[in-house]
This record gives sequence, structure tokens and C-alpha cells, in this order.
Amino acid sequence: MPETRYALPKDNPRPLSGFMTWLDRRTGVYSLLREALDEPIPGGARWAYIFGSGLLYLFVSQVVTGIFLALYYVPSSDHAHTTVSYISKVVSSGLFLRSIHAYGATAIVIVLFLHMSQTILYGSYKGPRELLWLSGCFLLFLMLGMAFTGYLLPWDQKAYFASAVGTNIISEVPLIGSSLQRLLRGSSQMGTLTLSRFYVLHVFMLPGLLIAFTATHIFLFRKAGPAGPSNEDPFHPKLPAQKFYPRQLVMDMVASLLIVLALALVAYFVPIRLGPQAVPSDTSYIPRPEWYYLPMFQWLKVVGGRWSLLGGIVLPGLLAMLFAAIPFFDRGRERRPWRRPLVVAGFTLFVACYAGLGALSYHDDASDSNVAAQLARQRNAEIRYMRQPFKPEAASSAPPAAPAPPSGDPLIAKGATIFAAGPCGDCHGTRGEGTDKAPALIGISQKYSADRLAFLLHHRTPEMIDGGMPSVDLDQAETAALVAYLRSLK
Amino acid sequence: MSTPAHVPEEVTASVAERRSFLRALLVSVGGLVSATLAFPLVRFATFPLRVREDETSWSDVGKIDEFVSLAEPAVRTINVERTDGWRSSTAQNGVYVVPGESGKLKVLSSVCPHLGCAVRWIDKKDRFICPCHGGTFTKTGVHVAGPPLRAMDELESKVENGVLKVRFQYFRQLAANKEPVA
Repeated sequence: MPETRYALPKDNPRPLSGFMTWLDRRTGVYSLLREALDEPIPGGARWAYIFGSGLLYLFVSQVVTGIFLALYYVPSSDHAHTTVSYISKVVSSGLFLRSIHAYGATAIVIVLFLHMSQTILYGSYKGPRELLWLSGCFLLFLMLGMAFTGYLLPWDQKAYFASAVGTNIISEVPLIGSSLQRLLRGSSQMGTLTLSRFYVLHVFMLPGLLIAFTATHIFLFRKAGPAGPSNEDPFHPKLPAQKFYPRQLVMDMVASLLIVLALALVAYFVPIRLGPQAVPSDTSYIPRPEWYYLPMFQWLKVVGGRWSLLGGIVLPGLLAMLFAAIPFFDRGRERRPWRRPLVVAGFTLFVACYAGLGALSYHDDASDSNVAAQLARQRNAEIRYMRQPFKPEAASSAPPAAPAPPSGDPLIAKGATIFAAGPCGDCHGTRGEGTDKAPALIGISQKYSADRLAFLLHHRTPEMIDGGMPSVDLDQAETAALVAYLRSLK
Repeated sequence: MSTPAHVPEEVTASVAERRSFLRALLVSVGGLVSATLAFPLVRFATFPLRVREDETSWSDVGKIDEFVSLAEPAVRTINVERTDGWRSSTAQNGVYVVPGESGKLKVLSSVCPHLGCAVRWIDKKDRFICPCHGGTFTKTGVHVAGPPLRAMDELESKVENGVLKVRFQYFRQLAANKEPVA
């Protein structure tokens, strides 16, 4: 790498302002910026290179919208659906942001596919880029995990049943399958623990890994340098280079703009739907995963039965490993796609099969009239649900029941009646549990004897008077009953 | 290396001009990208500022017939619906229905304007008396003795289909003027 890239260029057309010099001396921000913007691209800027930046933009957008959605979302099976409904129907821009977040996942899958295709067609994984490729494969895996875990969070019918099927596949893993499934679900059945686990994966663990591996991916990319066009040498670039800034940056920014505009238009005009709350006992519901998981779903239908282990776990696992190993067996300097028929044809075949399976799934659903009718019913139920006004969840905040005497002692019962009838509960709590106005009375028997308590009731200490404790107007029998009740509080 | 790896394509007088155009393009595109998300995000996060929380619903006190020949205050427990974000809760509050001037019914909050204890109607003294600090009020809630700084708080009420309804509110305590607590 040329050393000149790191030095502050003397021929810089715009000298640094005083403040920038001051800031740069203390932070090195300007050198960092130069380092980022002066990345040399062999052969110059191209539209084919925009997908990586597009993914980075989409990821940032998902993080930001996700954080904001968490302002109202509650990950618990009895509140999740209500809170998503509240976001969608009540909170300003809620439906729009939820749509941006949900469609953003689809956009990431699409742009990931384009990013991967470009890398494979251009042979950009060649040269010292094996780890760069592997970190990318891991990022793909993490992103698919994000899509899978995020799907359950709204806890509507679609989310619940699709995730139930998704976690069922895991039980096919030999030996540890059922333990693995239990670990992921938090129980043998889908439930509120499943939701908590998916939430933690979706919001803490996977994003943490994604941030770490995105940083690694970018670091490795800058270390190896851009591969350039497919006629460029992957080890020692020879084509004249162009800096990332300004041309490639403009292209990348335009790509981000197109992505966000497309997302915003779809989110605004075709907002995402929320279906009715999940009813686990519903036996008629036909779950369907997101479209990008549909081919996998169709494949599992094909290889069902005794082939499910081989077809559902072993074959996809082998394919994934083969995919990750591409830079280890496709070596050499040749990068032009027509000179690398094995990899390019293999990838094309895989994409064609995957798309074909997806199409087959749609075809199967459309040609079976029963399934088609049920799917239409489910869709209509979602549309109907979205039209209903938001119904708040009725919280059980009925005032605590009048304190019941803990024993059958008539004296304590009488004391409880006196306590409830007097103003005592206003400050000490209806069960003597204490409020911010006065201390708790529970356990007072350990502090004062019955006589001392009776004395205090009629002869208030200065602290009690300052605290607003009124004088007690009770005869001897009533005082004894009240003291008995107070001493019974535990 | 004697020559930089990045050879400028064209070094002409228009480079500076072209650069400032690109910079303007970047700023505007970047601004547009950020604004598309920033605007709904700000609206989303500031949503609670635009929710009208003072809009408490009307609660039923009872049939109007029960109060027609009212000679002294009648205590009633009402259910107050409160919306807490995506939850709704029902709280119970005590109110007094008292005969006002010219036969119109008044509904008083039982919350003492002094420190918030529940004021009681003491029949034999013909007065409302707060058990905590002895605030005393007349039959219509006018303050006559004790620490409270104002009369008992009258609540907004109406008669609909023969049912007396009230809008329950809390008012600031220890204040001479009745101001609702949002």
C-alpha cells in the first residue's frame, strides 16, 4: 500500500480551518475521514459496487427504527400483540416505522443477494480475501437469524404458527434435536419464554454479533482493498485507481436514497398488516413463512418423511459449507465469470432451484382450492383486524380488596372494620402496607407491645403529629380491637 | 512509491467547481435520506406529547331518580376509566351528590383539597369533616373551618338519559384555587 495515502496531502485544495486543525490534533478525525474517503478503487467507481454500502445503510436504518419501536413494544405473550397493535393503530408514524422495519428485512435479503451475486460473478473473493468472504457468509447467516427471530415478535397468528413450524425443523437434528428445540423455545411448547428468547436474540445478541462482524468485514475489506473489475489481478491491482470520494460515494449515496425512497413508498402505500392475536389452539391456520424462506419450506415438503433428516438438515448444511468454502477451492488469478464455469454455473443453478421451489410453493397453494380459500380467509382476517380501532388491554387494577382478618378472631375482625372505616388506610395503605405519606404497619407487633401501641394511638409522638397523623377517637374496647388487628398484620 | 496510486483523471481548472457541486449533491442527497427517516422517528418518539391525557371519560353516578328528593349528601362510588398507553384501567373513587342552588344537583369529589384524605359526611354535625386534619365544609362543600385553603372540589356533571354522569378529576392540593392535575 502506498504510504502517501496516510499522510495529510500537501496539495489538499481546501486547507483545514482553525477549528478542524484543533479537533484533528486531539482526535485524528480528519486523518480518519481521509483514510475512509481516499480508499483507492482499481479501475474506478462503478454502480456494481454500491450493494455493500446499501447493506450498511439498511442495517443502520434497522437498528434505528428497531430502537424506536422498542419505545412501545413489550416482549411478553400477553402484551406483545397489544403493543404492536398500539404502535400500528395509535402512535403517530407507528405503522410507517413498523413497515419500514419489516420491509427493511426484505430489502436486506434482496440487497444481500445482489451483493453476493456481484461478488461471485466478479470473482471478488479471490486473492487474500478468504476471511473477508467467510465473515460475509457469517453475516448472511446472522441476517437470516434476525429475519427469523423478528418474525415472531408481533405475536399474531402468522408470526406464531410460522415460528412454530420453524422451530419444529430444529427437532430433526439427530441426538440433540429435541434439547436444541427446547433451548430455543424455552419450553417444549411455544410460549411467552419463546418470545423472550427470540426478543433477546433479535435485540441484543444477533445485533451485537452483526455489529462486530460488520466491523470485521469492513476492516478485512480495507485491508485487502477492493478487487476492482473482473479483468483485474486479485493479488496486485494494476488498473489506475480512483479514490472512493467523491464518485463512488455519490453512487453509494444515490443507492441509499433509492433504497429509502422505495422503502418509504411501499411502507406508506402498502403498510404491513398485523393479524389477530395468536390463538395456539387454532387448528385451521395454515402458516406460511416470509417469501425468502418459502423455497426452504417447499423443499421440506418435498423431502418430508424418512428423508427429512437428509434433505432438511444434512443437505442444506453441506450446501452452506460448500458455499462458504468457495474461495478455498476456486483459487488462481482468473476472475472473469465465463472462465469460471463451475462456480458461476453452480451458483446460477442453486438460485434457479431456489426460485423454482418458491414458485412451486405459490403454485401448490393456488391450485389447492381448500388451501387457497383458507389463505384468503387468513388474509381477510388480517385486513379486518387492521380496520378495527385499537382496543386497550384491560388491566386488572381493581383496588385491593378490603383487608380480611387473617384469623377467625372476632376481636381482630372488629379491629379490621375500625381500620377500614377510619382514615388509617389513606396514609398507611389499605392493608397497612404503607404509602409515601406514612410508614407500613405490617410487622408492628415486633416493634411495639399491645399496651405501647394503644398508648401511641392516643398520645401521638411529635414525629407522628408532624407526619400528619390525626388523633384517634376510640373507646377502650375499640382501641383494643384496633391494636389486635394491627398486631395481626404480617 | 514515487507516484500516488490514485492518479487524478483530469486536472483542470474546473476540478474545484466540480468538487463543490459534488459536495452540494452529497449534502442534499444525504439530507434527504436522513430526513425521510428522521421526520417519522421524531413524530413517533414525541407521540406522548400530543396525547390529551386530561380527557377522562364520563362515569355513571346513578339514576337521577335516586337524587330527586335529596335532603343531605349521598355518597357514591364511581368507576373511572383511565387509559395508560396501551392499557386501560378502572379506578374507583368516591363522590358526593349534594343538592345545589335552584334544585340543580352538584357532585363533589371526596378528595380533601388539603392533603387528599377522603372527606366524610357527618350526619349529626351536618358538616363534611375530613378525618385527617379536621377540615370542615358545609352541606354544599363550602369551607368553614380547618386547614384546607378552598372549598370541596365540584366535578363536572351532566344528566344523560336519566343517568347522572360525572367527569372525575384530581385537583392540586394545598392550593387556594382549584386547578386540575394533568
